[in-house]
Amino acid sequence: MEWFKRVTPGLEPQTKRELPDGLWIKCDNCGEILYKKELDRNLQVCTKCAFHFRMNSDQYIQLLADEDSFVEFNRHILPADPLKFKDTKKYSDRLRDAAAKTGLEEAVRTGRCQLSGMPIILVAMDFRFIGGSMGSVVGEKISRATDIAIQEQKPLVIISASGGARMQEGALSLMQMAKTSAKLALLSDAKLPYISILTDPTTGGVTASFSMLGDIILAEPGALIGFAGPRVIKQTIGQDLPEGFQRSEFLLTHGFVDVIVHRAEMKNHVAQILSYFAQPAAPGKKIRTAPKPRTAAVPVAKSAKSRTAAKGKKTRSTTERSPRENSADE
Amino acid sequence: MANFVLDFEKPILEIERRIAELREFSNSEDMELHKEIERLETKAQKLRLEVYSKLTRWQRVQLARHPNRPYTLDYIDNMMTDFIELHGDRAFGDDPAIVAGIGKIDGIPVTLIGHQKARDTREKIRRNFGMPHPEGYRKALRVMRLAARFNRPIICLIDTPGAYPGLGAEERGQAEAIARNLFEMAHLPVPIIIVIIGEGASGGALGIGVGDRILMMENTWFSVITPEGCAAILYRNSANAPQAAEAMRVTPPDLLELKVIDRILPEPPGGAHNDHVAAAHIVKKAILDELAQLGQLKGEELVLQRVAKYAQMGVWSE
Repeated sequence: MEWFKRVTPGLEPQTKRELPDGLWIKCDNCGEILYKKELDRNLQVCTKCAFHFRMNSDQYIQLLADEDSFVEFNRHILPADPLKFKDTKKYSDRLRDAAAKTGLEEAVRTGRCQLSGMPIILVAMDFRFIGGSMGSVVGEKISRATDIAIQEQKPLVIISASGGARMQEGALSLMQMAKTSAKLALLSDAKLPYISILTDPTTGGVTASFSMLGDIILAEPGALIGFAGPRVIKQTIGQDLPEGFQRSEFLLTHGFVDVIVHRAEMKNHVAQILSYFAQPAAPGKKIRTAPKPRTAAVPVAKSAKSRTAAKGKKTRSTTERSPRENSADE
Repeated sequence: MANFVLDFEKPILEIERRIAELREFSNSEDMELHKEIERLETKAQKLRLEVYSKLTRWQRVQLARHPNRPYTLDYIDNMMTDFIELHGDRAFGDDPAIVAGIGKIDGIPVTLIGHQKARDTREKIRRNFGMPHPEGYRKALRVMRLAARFNRPIICLIDTPGAYPGLGAEERGQAEAIARNLFEMAHLPVPIIIVIIGEGASGGALGIGVGDRILMMENTWFSVITPEGCAAILYRNSANAPQAAEAMRVTPPDLLELKVIDRILPEPPGGAHNDHVAAAHIVKKAILDELAQLGQLKGEELVLQRVAKYAQMGVWSE
């Protein structure tokens, strides 16, 4: 029952900078006045009502990655301003301000790390950077992280926190939804697991693409998760929204989330799931006698191409198949 | 069809009205009148070219929403034979905001899917103004998978202001339904041709909009959100939609330049709303051209090309 124990140490003092000034913080949910150090120690979860405060990408990387194991890649991919977009403020200024405020280059960080000793590709979005919105860079970094997961035969874990696609890059942002989803289709074809972790908030084009495509979808308690924002829905239907609408628990009830996981248990949950997928397939017999129709029953999407790709990758289960079966697959 | 005129169309229609009037008088062999008619026709033609060659982005958005524009069923009527509409997602219901079915284009069996808007109020409500629910996307996916099993090309006609933002839509997983379609459409091993015939907003459009070729009719728009939605968020006032349309660069030439689309299909004089048959003919010809090219490729090649096509989309520096 080791997953009851918290594996990660309390967050280090450097995270203090990320919090609002002051020693005391009021819980958004129960109104309790919380001592900031206490909140830090408790992974930004209210000690009274278990309300999960938002965390940034640093904090999530610390939460999931084994100590000092996270090595970020593709930091050099930087946002451009392809539309020369300007509303009340220039997009280029917005980008510069967001970078200055957060010390980040964009709304997502991607890298290699170990999770309870297992090598994974980790993607952490950061809501502080223009609402975690997805433009070309977020799409590109997630796509490349997926490519690397396929190349290195590693599981992919994505922590989502985003208001959706970024308006300031217009249709280019929209296309990132298709791009990230297309790459995930290849990951799936390569029979690698993808765990999607939904945090507050996960909405819009991010939910309607990679976030909802996890083989396993976990959510933090009480997170806002949806396609349209509550304000838009309220305007459209002209009435108040029901209590708990679009929260994690609502999604679980309606069948769109596998498990709601308290932050303190998140790492152990992910580790447990990964170890399930990582364990070599059960010994030969079962696989060899697997009837041919199994292949036919796979959705059309798992095309001939994907099977050949998987074969080339020499996953344990494919190599264990008899040659006859492999050729029958073609 | 209701008479609906956009401001910038007025001068042209005014001349056309005068031509029609003169024609009524000109039953006789009055050469003077014939000359006048000819003069006015040249003038109308010149004006039309002038107006349509320098439409603002917002005017283009208005044209894309013109209530007389051909919708998916109009295209089906004018370019397909033996069409049978298929209904339902086999899980929850049928969504009239998306039409899906099988039929033939020039004798070639294809699957066609499209958003469906309507012209009269009752029908508009039934079609939910072309804003689909999750069951619409799931119906589309079911029919697309069927097409892939029998190696039939898929044609998708895009015309929506977005997926419907309502209670039921969220309960039934609007986001999941769209995400699933993006995922599956990326690796269906048959040709998929996307034609934007009107409006193309957000995930609502993209949910049936991933393919090997993306074509855009001349007077249409495509972006991450409606200009009104963008204006409401960024300018805090949806009346700023014209500026938002400019800022987001939503028109076909913009998107061709940004390498989001492959081709612009010119519309009949005065726009597709003036001639449904001609518009359908243009779309049909483009589809047949593209199918002839894509038909050369094997399923695996199509999928690899498609994923590569989307992989290069976006602008960043490194």
